[in-house]
Amino acid sequence: MLDAFTVLAVSSGTFFFVAGTVGLLRFPDVPTRLHALTKVDNLGLGLVAIGLLPHAGGLLAALKLVSVWLFALISGAIVTQLIARAVR
Amino acid sequence: MTAALAFDIGLVILIVSMGLWMLMVRDNVVAVIVFVIYGLLMAIAWVRLSAVDVALTEAAIGSGITGMLVLNAAARLRSGEIRWPRPSRALSIAAAAFCAMISAGLAAVVLLPPHPPPSLAPLALEHLDQTGLGNPVAGVLFAYRALDTLLEKVVVLLALIGVWSLAPDRLWGGAPALDAFMPTNDLLVFFARVLPPFGIVFAVYMTWTGASNPGGAFQGGTVLAVMWLLVMMAGVARAPPIGDARLRWLLVAGPALFLVIGFAGFFLAGAFLAYPPDHAKALIVVVEVALAVSIGATLALLAAGPPERMQKQ
Repeated sequence: MLDAFTVLAVSSGTFFFVAGTVGLLRFPDVPTRLHALTKVDNLGLGLVAIGLLPHAGGLLAALKLVSVWLFALISGAIVTQLIARAVR
Repeated sequence: MTAALAFDIGLVILIVSMGLWMLMVRDNVVAVIVFVIYGLLMAIAWVRLSAVDVALTEAAIGSGITGMLVLNAAARLRSGEIRWPRPSRALSIAAAAFCAMISAGLAAVVLLPPHPPPSLAPLALEHLDQTGLGNPVAGVLFAYRALDTLLEKVVVLLALIGVWSLAPDRLWGGAPALDAFMPTNDLLVFFARVLPPFGIVFAVYMTWTGASNPGGAFQGGTVLAVMWLLVMMAGVARAPPIGDARLRWLLVAGPALFLVIGFAGFFLAGAFLAYPPDHAKALIVVVEVALAVSIGATLALLAAGPPERMQKQ
Protein backbone atom coordinates (compact mmCIF):
# COMPACT_ATOMS: atom_id res chain seq x y z
CA MET A 1 0.00 0.00 0.00
CA LEU A 2 2.74 2.44 1.05
CA ASP A 3 4.90 1.20 -1.81
CA ALA A 4 2.09 1.87 -4.25
CA PHE A 5 1.81 5.40 -2.82
CA THR A 6 5.55 5.94 -3.24
CA VAL A 7 5.54 4.68 -6.81
CA LEU A 8 2.56 6.87 -7.67
CA ALA A 9 3.94 10.04 -6.07
CA VAL A 10 7.50 9.66 -7.36
CA SER A 11 6.24 8.84 -10.86
CA SER A 12 4.04 11.94 -10.87
CA GLY A 13 7.00 13.94 -9.61
CA THR A 14 9.15 12.57 -12.42
CA PHE A 15 6.42 13.51 -14.88
CA PHE A 16 6.73 17.14 -13.75
CA PHE A 17 10.51 16.96 -14.07
CA VAL A 18 10.18 15.73 -17.67
CA ALA A 19 7.44 18.24 -18.51
CA GLY A 20 9.44 21.07 -16.96
CA THR A 21 12.54 20.11 -18.91
CA VAL A 22 10.58 19.94 -22.17
CA GLY A 23 9.14 23.35 -21.36
CA LEU A 24 12.58 24.75 -20.60
CA LEU A 25 13.80 23.55 -23.98
CA ARG A 26 10.74 24.40 -26.05
CA PHE A 27 9.19 27.57 -24.64
CA PRO A 28 9.97 30.75 -26.58
CA ASP A 29 11.08 33.32 -23.98
CA VAL A 30 12.50 33.69 -20.47
CA PRO A 31 9.27 34.19 -18.45
CA THR A 32 7.57 31.11 -19.94
CA ARG A 33 10.73 29.05 -19.44
CA LEU A 34 10.91 30.17 -15.82
CA HIS A 35 7.27 29.19 -15.48
CA ALA A 36 8.14 25.67 -16.68
CA LEU A 37 11.13 25.51 -14.35
CA THR A 38 9.21 26.44 -11.20
CA LYS A 39 6.83 23.51 -11.75
CA VAL A 40 9.83 21.23 -11.43
CA ASP A 41 10.87 22.82 -8.10
CA ASN A 42 7.42 23.05 -6.61
CA LEU A 43 5.56 19.99 -7.79
CA GLY A 44 8.25 17.69 -9.15
CA LEU A 45 10.57 17.85 -6.15
CA GLY A 46 7.61 18.10 -3.77
CA LEU A 47 5.96 14.94 -5.05
CA VAL A 48 9.26 13.04 -5.01
CA ALA A 49 9.86 14.17 -1.41
CA ILE A 50 6.33 13.24 -0.32
CA GLY A 51 6.63 9.92 -2.08
CA LEU A 52 9.83 9.11 -0.23
CA LEU A 53 8.45 10.08 3.20
CA PRO A 54 7.13 6.57 4.11
CA HIS A 55 10.60 5.19 3.38
CA ALA A 56 12.54 7.88 5.22
CA GLY A 57 12.89 5.67 8.27
CA GLY A 58 12.00 8.00 11.10
CA LEU A 59 10.51 11.39 11.83
CA LEU A 60 13.85 13.21 11.75
CA ALA A 61 14.78 11.94 8.29
CA ALA A 62 11.27 12.76 7.06
CA LEU A 63 11.63 16.31 8.39
CA LYS A 64 14.95 16.61 6.58
CA LEU A 65 13.30 15.56 3.31
CA VAL A 66 10.53 18.11 3.78
CA SER A 67 13.01 20.88 4.62
CA VAL A 68 15.05 20.10 1.49
CA TRP A 69 11.88 20.70 -0.46
CA LEU A 70 11.05 23.89 1.46
CA PHE A 71 14.50 25.37 0.87
CA ALA A 72 14.31 24.52 -2.81
CA LEU A 73 10.92 26.26 -2.85
CA ILE A 74 12.20 29.43 -1.19
CA SER A 75 15.34 29.73 -3.28
CA GLY A 76 13.52 28.70 -6.48
CA ALA A 77 10.78 31.26 -6.01
CA ILE A 78 13.20 34.10 -5.20
CA VAL A 79 15.80 33.33 -7.83
CA THR A 80 13.08 33.03 -10.48
CA GLN A 81 11.75 36.46 -9.52
CA LEU A 82 15.27 37.91 -9.65
CA ILE A 83 15.91 36.50 -13.11
CA ALA A 84 12.52 37.66 -14.36
CA ARG A 85 13.23 41.18 -13.10
CA ALA A 86 16.66 41.17 -14.65
CA VAL A 87 15.36 40.39 -18.15
CA ARG A 88 12.35 42.72 -18.03
CA MET B 1 22.19 -3.31 -10.27
CA THR B 2 21.69 -2.64 -13.98
CA ALA B 3 19.71 0.51 -13.19
CA ALA B 4 22.64 1.75 -11.10
CA LEU B 5 25.05 0.93 -13.93
CA ALA B 6 22.89 2.75 -16.49
CA PHE B 7 22.78 5.76 -14.14
CA ASP B 8 26.56 5.76 -13.77
CA ILE B 9 27.15 5.50 -17.51
CA GLY B 10 24.71 8.34 -18.14
CA LEU B 11 26.43 10.40 -15.45
CA VAL B 12 29.88 9.83 -16.95
CA ILE B 13 28.63 10.77 -20.43
CA LEU B 14 27.14 13.96 -19.00
CA ILE B 15 30.35 14.85 -17.14
CA VAL B 16 32.55 14.26 -20.19
CA SER B 17 30.26 16.27 -22.46
CA MET B 18 30.12 19.13 -19.94
CA GLY B 19 33.92 19.11 -19.86
CA LEU B 20 34.12 19.23 -23.66
CA TRP B 21 31.48 21.97 -23.84
CA MET B 22 33.38 24.02 -21.27
CA LEU B 23 36.54 23.80 -23.38
CA MET B 24 34.89 24.46 -26.73
CA VAL B 25 32.57 27.33 -25.89
CA ARG B 26 33.90 30.79 -26.76
CA ASP B 27 31.81 32.86 -24.35
CA ASN B 28 33.49 33.10 -20.91
CA VAL B 29 30.24 33.47 -18.96
CA VAL B 30 28.70 30.40 -20.62
CA ALA B 31 31.90 28.49 -19.85
CA VAL B 32 31.61 29.45 -16.17
CA ILE B 33 27.99 28.33 -15.99
CA VAL B 34 28.92 25.00 -17.59
CA PHE B 35 31.77 24.75 -15.07
CA VAL B 36 29.28 25.08 -12.19
CA ILE B 37 27.05 22.36 -13.67
CA TYR B 38 30.14 20.21 -14.21
CA GLY B 39 31.02 20.64 -10.51
CA LEU B 40 27.55 19.59 -9.38
CA LEU B 41 27.67 16.50 -11.62
CA MET B 42 31.10 15.69 -10.19
CA ALA B 43 29.58 15.94 -6.70
CA ILE B 44 26.99 13.33 -7.70
CA ALA B 45 29.79 11.16 -9.07
CA TRP B 46 31.62 11.40 -5.71
CA VAL B 47 28.42 10.33 -3.93
CA ARG B 48 28.21 7.35 -6.26
CA LEU B 49 31.78 6.50 -5.22
CA SER B 50 30.68 6.74 -1.53
CA ALA B 51 32.99 9.71 -0.96
CA VAL B 52 30.41 11.98 0.63
CA ASP B 53 33.01 14.30 2.20
CA VAL B 54 34.57 14.95 -1.19
CA ALA B 55 31.12 15.39 -2.73
CA LEU B 56 30.21 18.06 -0.18
CA THR B 57 33.48 19.88 -0.76
CA GLU B 58 33.10 19.64 -4.52
CA ALA B 59 29.57 21.04 -4.44
CA ALA B 60 30.35 23.80 -1.95
CA ILE B 61 33.82 24.88 -3.02
CA GLY B 62 34.57 23.34 -6.41
CA SER B 63 31.26 24.37 -7.86
CA GLY B 64 29.86 27.07 -5.56
CA ILE B 65 32.58 29.43 -4.34
CA THR B 66 34.97 28.76 -7.23
CA GLY B 67 32.09 29.26 -9.66
CA MET B 68 31.42 32.65 -8.10
CA LEU B 69 35.12 33.60 -8.19
CA VAL B 70 35.43 32.69 -11.86
CA LEU B 71 32.14 34.37 -12.73
CA ASN B 72 33.48 37.50 -11.05
CA ALA B 73 36.66 37.25 -13.10
CA ALA B 74 34.68 36.70 -16.33
CA ALA B 75 32.54 39.76 -15.58
CA ARG B 76 35.64 41.89 -14.97
CA LEU B 77 37.23 40.64 -18.19
CA ARG B 78 34.09 41.42 -20.13
CA SER B 79 34.09 45.09 -19.12
CA GLY B 80 37.55 45.62 -20.60
CA GLU B 81 37.19 43.03 -23.32
CA ILE B 82 40.41 42.17 -25.10
CA ARG B 83 40.12 40.46 -28.46
CA TRP B 84 42.94 37.99 -28.58
CA PRO B 85 43.97 36.96 -32.08
CA ARG B 86 43.19 33.32 -32.80
CA PRO B 87 46.27 31.19 -32.19
CA SER B 88 48.04 29.86 -35.26
CA ARG B 89 47.30 26.32 -36.40
CA ALA B 90 50.73 25.04 -35.38
CA LEU B 91 50.30 26.43 -31.87
CA SER B 92 46.82 24.90 -31.57
CA ILE B 93 48.09 21.49 -32.65
CA ALA B 94 51.06 21.70 -30.27
CA ALA B 95 48.78 22.63 -27.36
CA ALA B 96 46.33 19.85 -28.22
CA ALA B 97 49.16 17.29 -28.45
CA PHE B 98 50.54 18.42 -25.11
CA CYS B 99 47.15 18.18 -23.41
CA ALA B 100 46.54 14.76 -24.98
CA MET B 101 49.89 13.56 -23.61
CA ILE B 102 49.04 14.72 -20.09
CA SER B 103 45.56 13.16 -20.33
CA ALA B 104 47.05 9.87 -21.56
CA GLY B 105 49.56 9.91 -18.70
CA LEU B 106 46.84 10.52 -16.13
CA ALA B 107 44.61 7.88 -17.74
CA ALA B 108 47.47 5.36 -17.58
CA VAL B 109 47.94 6.02 -13.87
CA VAL B 110 44.23 5.60 -13.20
CA LEU B 111 43.53 2.69 -15.54
CA LEU B 112 46.67 0.61 -14.92
CA PRO B 113 47.17 0.58 -11.14
CA PRO B 114 49.64 -1.88 -9.63
CA HIS B 115 48.12 -5.06 -8.21
CA PRO B 116 47.12 -4.91 -5.45
CA PRO B 117 46.60 -1.12 -5.50
CA PRO B 118 48.54 0.54 -2.67
CA SER B 119 46.24 1.68 0.13
CA LEU B 120 46.73 3.16 3.57
CA ALA B 121 43.03 2.83 4.34
CA PRO B 122 43.26 -0.26 6.63
CA LEU B 123 46.09 1.36 8.60
CA ALA B 124 44.16 4.62 8.90
CA LEU B 125 41.03 2.86 10.12
CA GLU B 126 42.98 0.71 12.57
CA HIS B 127 44.21 3.72 14.54
CA LEU B 128 41.11 5.88 14.16
CA ASP B 129 39.92 4.92 17.65
CA GLN B 130 42.88 6.68 19.24
CA THR B 131 41.75 10.03 17.83
CA GLY B 132 38.22 9.61 19.16
CA LEU B 133 36.84 10.58 15.75
CA GLY B 134 34.24 8.56 13.86
CA ASN B 135 34.84 10.04 10.41
CA PRO B 136 38.00 8.60 8.81
CA VAL B 137 38.26 11.67 6.55
CA ALA B 138 38.41 13.97 9.57
CA GLY B 139 41.00 11.59 11.06
CA VAL B 140 43.22 11.94 8.00
CA LEU B 141 42.74 15.71 7.81
CA PHE B 142 43.36 16.55 11.45
CA ALA B 143 45.40 13.69 12.87
CA TYR B 144 47.45 11.87 10.24
CA ARG B 145 47.98 14.69 7.76
CA ALA B 146 47.41 17.71 10.00
CA LEU B 147 50.39 19.53 8.50
CA ASP B 148 48.81 19.43 5.03
CA THR B 149 45.55 20.74 6.42
CA LEU B 150 47.33 23.55 8.26
CA LEU B 151 49.20 24.59 5.11
CA GLU B 152 45.96 24.44 3.11
CA LYS B 153 44.36 27.00 5.42
CA VAL B 154 47.40 29.25 5.19
CA VAL B 155 47.29 29.03 1.38
CA VAL B 156 43.69 30.25 1.36
CA LEU B 157 44.76 33.19 3.51
CA LEU B 158 47.65 33.94 1.14
CA ALA B 159 45.21 33.86 -1.79
CA LEU B 160 43.14 36.52 -0.03
CA ILE B 161 46.23 38.71 0.39
CA GLY B 162 46.85 38.21 -3.34
CA VAL B 163 43.33 39.41 -4.16
CA TRP B 164 43.64 42.40 -1.84
CA SER B 165 46.91 43.43 -3.40
CA LEU B 166 45.06 44.02 -6.68
CA ALA B 167 43.67 47.19 -5.08
CA PRO B 168 45.12 50.51 -6.18
CA ASP B 169 47.15 52.26 -3.46
CA ARG B 170 44.55 54.92 -2.69
CA LEU B 171 41.95 52.23 -1.91
CA TRP B 172 44.20 50.16 0.38
CA GLY B 173 42.30 49.60 3.62
CA GLY B 174 38.99 50.30 1.89
CA ALA B 175 36.06 47.93 1.52
CA PRO B 176 34.94 45.62 -1.30
CA ALA B 177 31.84 47.02 -3.01
CA LEU B 178 29.75 43.92 -3.53
CA ASP B 179 26.38 45.63 -3.41
CA ALA B 180 27.46 47.92 -6.24
CA PHE B 181 26.73 45.09 -8.68
CA MET B 182 23.00 45.59 -8.48
CA PRO B 183 20.56 48.24 -7.36
CA THR B 184 18.88 47.67 -4.01
CA ASN B 185 16.45 44.87 -4.56
CA ASP B 186 13.71 44.20 -2.01
CA LEU B 187 13.51 40.51 -2.94
CA LEU B 188 17.22 39.99 -2.42
CA VAL B 189 17.01 41.86 0.89
CA PHE B 190 14.18 39.57 1.95
CA PHE B 191 16.23 36.52 0.95
CA ALA B 192 19.27 37.85 2.82
CA ARG B 193 17.16 38.23 5.96
CA VAL B 194 15.32 34.89 5.79
CA LEU B 195 18.08 32.50 4.77
CA PRO B 196 21.10 33.27 7.03
CA PRO B 197 19.56 32.02 10.33
CA PHE B 198 18.98 28.61 8.73
CA GLY B 199 22.32 28.76 6.96
CA ILE B 200 24.22 29.48 10.16
CA VAL B 201 22.51 26.62 12.01
CA PHE B 202 23.36 24.36 9.07
CA ALA B 203 26.99 25.52 9.05
CA VAL B 204 27.31 24.85 12.79
CA TYR B 205 25.83 21.40 12.29
CA MET B 206 28.15 20.63 9.36
CA THR B 207 31.22 21.65 11.35
CA TRP B 208 30.14 19.83 14.50
CA THR B 209 29.13 16.61 12.80
CA GLY B 210 32.35 16.57 10.76
CA ALA B 211 34.12 14.71 13.58
CA SER B 212 31.99 11.62 13.15
CA ASN B 213 30.04 12.03 9.89
CA PRO B 214 30.72 13.57 6.49
CA GLY B 215 31.14 17.32 6.88
CA GLY B 216 33.71 19.48 8.60
CA ALA B 217 35.28 22.90 8.89
CA PHE B 218 35.72 23.52 5.19
CA GLN B 219 32.14 22.67 4.25
CA GLY B 220 30.68 24.48 7.26
CA GLY B 221 32.90 27.48 6.57
CA THR B 222 31.74 27.61 2.97
CA VAL B 223 28.11 27.76 4.05
CA LEU B 224 29.00 30.61 6.42
CA ALA B 225 30.84 32.37 3.61
CA VAL B 226 27.87 32.12 1.27
CA MET B 227 25.51 33.47 3.92
CA TRP B 228 27.76 36.46 4.51
CA LEU B 229 28.12 37.05 0.77
CA LEU B 230 24.34 37.05 0.40
CA VAL B 231 24.01 39.62 3.19
CA MET B 232 26.72 41.81 1.64
CA MET B 233 25.32 41.54 -1.90
CA ALA B 234 21.83 42.47 -0.81
CA GLY B 235 23.28 45.49 0.99
CA VAL B 236 21.80 44.38 4.33
CA ALA B 237 25.26 44.81 5.84
CA ARG B 238 28.11 46.45 3.99
CA ALA B 239 31.42 44.67 3.45
CA PRO B 240 33.92 45.63 6.16
CA PRO B 241 37.03 47.65 5.27
CA ILE B 242 39.97 45.30 4.88
CA GLY B 243 42.01 47.38 7.33
CA ASP B 244 39.62 46.52 10.17
CA ALA B 245 41.63 44.95 13.00
CA ARG B 246 38.74 42.75 14.17
CA LEU B 247 38.32 41.41 10.67
CA ARG B 248 42.00 40.54 10.42
CA TRP B 249 41.86 38.70 13.76
CA LEU B 250 38.85 36.77 12.48
CA LEU B 251 40.79 35.76 9.37
CA VAL B 252 43.86 34.48 11.22
CA ALA B 253 42.07 33.03 14.27
CA GLY B 254 41.64 29.53 12.80
CA PRO B 255 45.12 28.97 11.39
CA ALA B 256 46.70 30.69 14.43
CA LEU B 257 44.87 28.46 16.91
CA PHE B 258 45.78 25.42 14.82
CA LEU B 259 49.41 26.52 14.94
CA VAL B 260 49.32 27.16 18.70
CA ILE B 261 47.83 23.72 19.35
CA GLY B 262 50.37 22.29 16.92
CA PHE B 263 53.26 23.76 18.91
CA ALA B 264 51.62 22.76 22.19
CA GLY B 265 51.88 19.22 20.81
CA PHE B 266 55.64 19.40 21.45
CA PHE B 267 55.03 19.63 25.19
CA LEU B 268 51.83 17.62 25.54
CA ALA B 269 52.39 14.76 23.13
CA GLY B 270 56.00 14.95 22.06
CA ALA B 271 55.65 16.11 18.46
CA PHE B 272 54.47 19.04 16.33
CA LEU B 273 50.72 18.78 15.65
CA ALA B 274 50.41 15.71 17.88
CA TYR B 275 47.49 15.61 20.28
CA PRO B 276 47.49 14.19 23.81
CA PRO B 277 45.50 10.93 23.44
CA ASP B 278 42.82 11.75 26.03
CA HIS B 279 41.95 15.12 24.56
CA ALA B 280 42.45 14.49 20.85
CA LYS B 281 38.83 14.80 19.83
CA ALA B 282 38.14 17.88 21.97
CA LEU B 283 41.19 19.67 20.57
CA ILE B 284 40.31 18.73 16.99
CA VAL B 285 36.75 19.99 17.39
CA VAL B 286 38.01 23.29 18.88
CA VAL B 287 40.38 23.72 15.93
CA GLU B 288 37.60 22.85 13.48
CA VAL B 289 35.25 25.45 14.95
CA ALA B 290 37.89 28.19 14.79
CA LEU B 291 38.84 27.12 11.28
CA ALA B 292 35.23 27.14 10.09
CA VAL B 293 34.84 30.78 11.18
CA SER B 294 38.14 31.83 9.59
CA ILE B 295 37.50 29.89 6.39
CA GLY B 296 34.03 31.41 6.15
CA ALA B 297 35.42 34.94 6.45
CA THR B 298 38.33 34.25 4.10
CA LEU B 299 36.24 32.63 1.35
CA ALA B 300 33.58 35.36 1.54
CA LEU B 301 36.20 38.09 1.18
CA LEU B 302 37.94 36.18 -1.61
CA ALA B 303 34.69 36.18 -3.56
CA ALA B 304 33.98 39.80 -2.58
CA GLY B 305 37.14 40.85 -4.39
CA PRO B 306 39.64 43.69 -3.84
CA PRO B 307 38.58 46.89 -2.04
CA GLU B 308 36.76 49.30 -4.31
CA ARG B 309 35.74 52.17 -2.06
CA MET B 310 36.99 53.98 0.99
CA GLN B 311 34.72 53.69 3.98
CA LYS B 312 33.04 56.98 4.86
CA GLN B 313 34.12 57.84 8.39
